[in-house]
Amino acid sequence: MISLAGRDILHAWGKFVFTGIGLGLLIGVTLSMAGIYRGMVDDAKALLDNSGADLWVVQQDTLGPYAESSSIYDDLWRGIRGLPGVAEAANVTYLTMQVRRGSEDVRAMVSGIAAGAPGTPGWPPFLIAGRQITRGHYEAVADVASGFKIGDRLQIRRNQYTVVGLTRRMVSSNGDPMVFIPLKDAQEAQFLKDNDAIHQQRRRTAENPAFNRPGVPGLLAAINASQSANSNVNAVLVRVKAGADGAATAETIRRWKRLQVYDRKEMEGILVGKLIATSARQIATFLVILSIVSAAIVAFIIYTLTLGKIREIAVLKLIGTKNRTIAAMILQQAIALGLIGFVVGKIVATFWAPHFPKYVLLMPLDSLRGFFVVVVICVLSSLIAIRAALKVDPAEAIGG
Amino acid sequence: MAGPGIGIEGLKKRYGKGDTAVDALKGVDMRVAPGEVVGLIGPSGSGKSTLLKCLGAVIEPTAGRMTLGDKVIYDNGWKVRDLRELRRDHIGFVFQAPYLIPFLDVTDNVALLPMLAGVPNGEARRRARELLAALDVDHRAKAMPTQLSGGEQQRVAIARGLVNRPPVILADEPTAPLDSQRALAVIRILNDMARRFETAIIVVTHDEKIIPTFKRIYHIRDGITYEEAGEGLEIA
Repeated sequence: MISLAGRDILHAWGKFVFTGIGLGLLIGVTLSMAGIYRGMVDDAKALLDNSGADLWVVQQDTLGPYAESSSIYDDLWRGIRGLPGVAEAANVTYLTMQVRRGSEDVRAMVSGIAAGAPGTPGWPPFLIAGRQITRGHYEAVADVASGFKIGDRLQIRRNQYTVVGLTRRMVSSNGDPMVFIPLKDAQEAQFLKDNDAIHQQRRRTAENPAFNRPGVPGLLAAINASQSANSNVNAVLVRVKAGADGAATAETIRRWKRLQVYDRKEMEGILVGKLIATSARQIATFLVILSIVSAAIVAFIIYTLTLGKIREIAVLKLIGTKNRTIAAMILQQAIALGLIGFVVGKIVATFWAPHFPKYVLLMPLDSLRGFFVVVVICVLSSLIAIRAALKVDPAEAIGG
Repeated sequence: MAGPGIGIEGLKKRYGKGDTAVDALKGVDMRVAPGEVVGLIGPSGSGKSTLLKCLGAVIEPTAGRMTLGDKVIYDNGWKVRDLRELRRDHIGFVFQAPYLIPFLDVTDNVALLPMLAGVPNGEARRRARELLAALDVDHRAKAMPTQLSGGEQQRVAIARGLVNRPPVILADEPTAPLDSQRALAVIRILNDMARRFETAIIVVTHDEKIIPTFKRIYHIRDGITYEEAGEGLEIA
């Protein structure tokens, strides 16, 4: 038996191909949306991977440092470093902000990294150009996605920094490129007030008789110094010794340092399950809407194509074609349309993914799932057309 | 096949119920022998199409009896289980317009019926080509329907109606879209095929050009048929 669907498609291939391309663009958008979600998850994992930490020590009762603000003293790392099972501990700050480049702004996550050497938790694990930060101030390593080049000058708050190194895939969970600067500079950028605010605060303190007591020389100066100094960081990143029990180490820190500690799995749960959860739901909703729209389009196209063949279907039924042969013809056409659409969608999604401002990760498994969803949608969408075709009266082929 | 090609006795068809019921056929009698071509003539609304649909097992008569060969297919109720199979294997259709499947070439348009009946593709196409040759349209075997002239399309439609060697062919105004020469050519082909394949052919027509070619004519008026002898003019 010849394939009626195949012959019809070959006969009207232009109609099918152009319809398939239209559908494919829609499927491409759908695959890209899934890729955007995967990209967000991958960004979150990249952030954790690149930090080089096994444990994140943050302020008690917070989900810091990425999902909530966390502030802990910057000298706590020493005590943590001395605990059993800890190989390395380093302060770190994170601040998402607009970094100025000349007259332009670049959205970036500024990370303050502690003095140390490559491999210290928080440091960029590799560079693609230039060198790591070697000075205590005013040097920066930037992700290449930020658009900075070696030697560029960037401004964070009131200070200028020189880009000395470039790295890749160092992004925040939002996909913003990271800029690494020395910890002291980052603390200043994150916690210190501007000059006017400091001036007003000093006047206010001076007017307070509790702080400006006659006969207590040096008290006011000490309070002012305390108010304009910053000794806070967002987190301490901890690397556990090889073979050590990370959970036991975390428990020790919780018990003796009275701080919150998250391991890699918990931190991933916070980033994926909480930080990007709303975005994920947004994308999921959009995916559902796109699937419904795709189904409606396929259903409409197949229904229209079927209505255009009512007379032929009546003739086929009159000359003895079985209902299942006619249903199979429509079903095969719907699936063929879906296949054309899927191939076009996959191709366009692959080509336009790199042009998205944020990372789009097209996973083969998602494509496979997408393929099955497309097939299911096409099968369901063809049911209306099949129903219409089966209702065609063979008597329509005979006049009168 | 023994006996008459098709026989109809007291066939009735009523549409609707109660006060709105319409008797489209009020007791039609008809008999067409194998190899015979008869004309069925009547004005609009006389019941021609209803009779054709009953004969084609497309609608169910209300009462009466129909036989195909020596097989009773209707006797106050269908006597065959699968009407689709009956239509496919025992009744050929030729329509006013050829209604060829536009996405199949000429050969496959004709071969489709045997294929639907389970005949292997090769054998079905061989049968189709044979018939196309008999109808002198085999040179267009690979053409698509839209590439054919009206006369060629109608000959392909006749080949499709004949390909399963049905004992009866129902032709609904097969010459309506054709000029005189082509219309007569179609009737000549139908006569040739009827003789060659021992097929009973009923031609529903209004076409004055072809009416003199029938040896027997059934007139239908208000749901009743009247038989009369035709001129039976030979077509050159």
